[in-house]
Amino acid sequence: MNSSAEPLLDVRNLSKNFAAVQALKDFSMVVRPGEVVAPAGDNGAGKTTLIKAISGVYKPSSGEIRLRGEPVSFATPQEARDKGIETIYRDSALADNLSIGANIFLGREPMRKAFGFLPVLDRKKMADAAKSTMALLDFHVNRMEAPVSNFSGGQRRAVAIGRAVYWDAQILIMDEPTAALGVPEQRKVISLIHQLKARGRGVIFISHNLQDIFAVSDRIVVLRRGVQAGERKISETTHDEVVKLMVGG
Amino acid sequence: MTASIPQAQPASTHIAPQADHAGSALNWMQRIANLRARLFLAALIVGFEIWARLSFGGTFILNPFNIQSIAIFAVAPLLLATGQTFVIISGGIDLSLGFIMGLAAVVAAHVINWATPGMGFPLAVLFGALVAVLVAGLPGVVNGLLVSRLRVPPFIGTLGMFGVARGVAFLLAGGTTVPVRNEFFAAIGNGKFLNVPYIVIITAIFVVAMHYVLSQTRFGQHNYAIGANARAARRAGIDIKWHLLRLYILSAMCAGLAGVVYSARFSAGAARAGEPLLLDCVAAVVIGGASLFGGSGTIFGTVAGALVIAVIQYGLVFVNVEPFWQFISVGVVIIISVLIDRAQRRFTGGRIDE
Ligand SMILES: Nc1ncnc2c1ncn2[C@@H]1O[C@H](COP(=O)(O)OP(=O)(O)O)[C@@H](O)[C@H]1O
Ligand SMILES: [Mg+2]
Repeated sequence: MNSSAEPLLDVRNLSKNFAAVQALKDFSMVVRPGEVVAPAGDNGAGKTTLIKAISGVYKPSSGEIRLRGEPVSFATPQEARDKGIETIYRDSALADNLSIGANIFLGREPMRKAFGFLPVLDRKKMADAAKSTMALLDFHVNRMEAPVSNFSGGQRRAVAIGRAVYWDAQILIMDEPTAALGVPEQRKVISLIHQLKARGRGVIFISHNLQDIFAVSDRIVVLRRGVQAGERKISETTHDEVVKLMVGG
Repeated sequence: MTASIPQAQPASTHIAPQADHAGSALNWMQRIANLRARLFLAALIVGFEIWARLSFGGTFILNPFNIQSIAIFAVAPLLLATGQTFVIISGGIDLSLGFIMGLAAVVAAHVINWATPGMGFPLAVLFGALVAVLVAGLPGVVNGLLVSRLRVPPFIGTLGMFGVARGVAFLLAGGTTVPVRNEFFAAIGNGKFLNVPYIVIITAIFVVAMHYVLSQTRFGQHNYAIGANARAARRAGIDIKWHLLRLYILSAMCAGLAGVVYSARFSAGAARAGEPLLLDCVAAVVIGGASLFGGSGTIFGTVAGALVIAVIQYGLVFVNVEPFWQFISVGVVIIISVLIDRAQRRFTGGRIDE
């Protein structure tokens, strides 16, 4: 988008080795507010390693990650999450038997006092927060008490995204968010990503599907065997060019 | 597995509400599944009532003595089943509960006998009950550590503790039953308040407290989440190891309370006090609407499940049927229950992941 805005996330010269394998070599990229960046590359190029290094799952072997200009280092995914980096996993990270609200608040449930003394779960607060958050994403559900197993795959992914938004995630990492969804559902997820953009969030979007990448991303950063092999604005490139960058030559 | 909800929707980038019509057709199925224990219970009571009236012109359920007997019948299995409900919802199972109950009964008997001369009747009972419940917690600690730290499957870990608790209980009891010499204890075990046995009152209060823990606290909420999707729970920052440790201690202590109640009722502690109750307590939980796959179940469902078993057992005796029919009837109810659960899962999409 606005290439002059201060980056939300600034990844500099990141490397990650697994014993002899160098999965990521001196990799750099930035994500600005309201921007969707798509790291793209063949199988084994290092996309998953990259997002795991950013989200605190892996400790980088070398290099630096800056969040709004400040150097950060995460020992656990929880630390990254506390700083506003949230990963939306491709396999559902929801408890299917709980409501949308209970899922949004999972692990940090709000409590209230019944009869003035007895601590009980504040279900109303959970339901209200769920309703307003999902409305923010232009997603309207009436039965807030229904377990999320009643919802479709795309709706459940929206709940996972809603949870990240509610907890004020600034950067959302999505690894194949449209995988295993029907076409209408894929479109819903794509439209959710547009909502996140509009709200100034940064999104790191990984997909095997170039069509999807071109539909939502602002920039594409190509990975080839762990190395940054080029970076293009989506508006200034083509499928062919990207594929060439991916396979090299 | 992918979504099983029909997606015949126009392709639109706008997100339309879809859940509402997806749910309505399945709702009643889910509701019946959730209420199955209560439906069983109602059917059984009506059935026995008709049977009693036709065959000897008497009443079954309107007879207060029968109600009381059924309630007393249900107390011990229900106390075990309360702990078992938590464990099964978490996706586990606790096979050691029966012998933890026996262990607690023996410990309560010994400690009360030892303390009565020094402390007097009521205080000795309080002390003995407390010690017995705490001692019962120890095998729970081991179960919890095995399951959470060493990742032993609950079925195996608690089966090991089943053996250990059984052996220790028999050793402590010297291979026989341990009579209790404390009138106050016997009075609690057999006395009544307004025609309601004390042990039924104690159980009812305890069950309501456990309902609160399961339905209104973070612990309860996390228990459901872990049972449905442990990985999601971990990603949400829930400390699963710590949860499981507390969970197995809780269930063991429920069995401890059952042991204390047993020794109060019979004025004796016996290692095999809970031996026949283990399967009953699992059955009560399953009939009560919990799924052995984890993630679902309620305390009041389990109460209904325990009452179903008690009504079958007592009712068949009441209408004078050979007692072996109990096993067959309870078995049939368990199987029907599991079939309902499976059908319900199929329809509402018991998705694993996609
Ligand atoms: N945990 C690991 N241990 C050893 N090697 C790994 C590990 N994770 C990834 N790799 C290797 O690092 C490279 C990059 O993998 P990955 O990041 O999964 O690529 P992508 O997600 O783009 O398919 C591959 O050669 C892969 O075999
Ligand atoms: Mg990958």
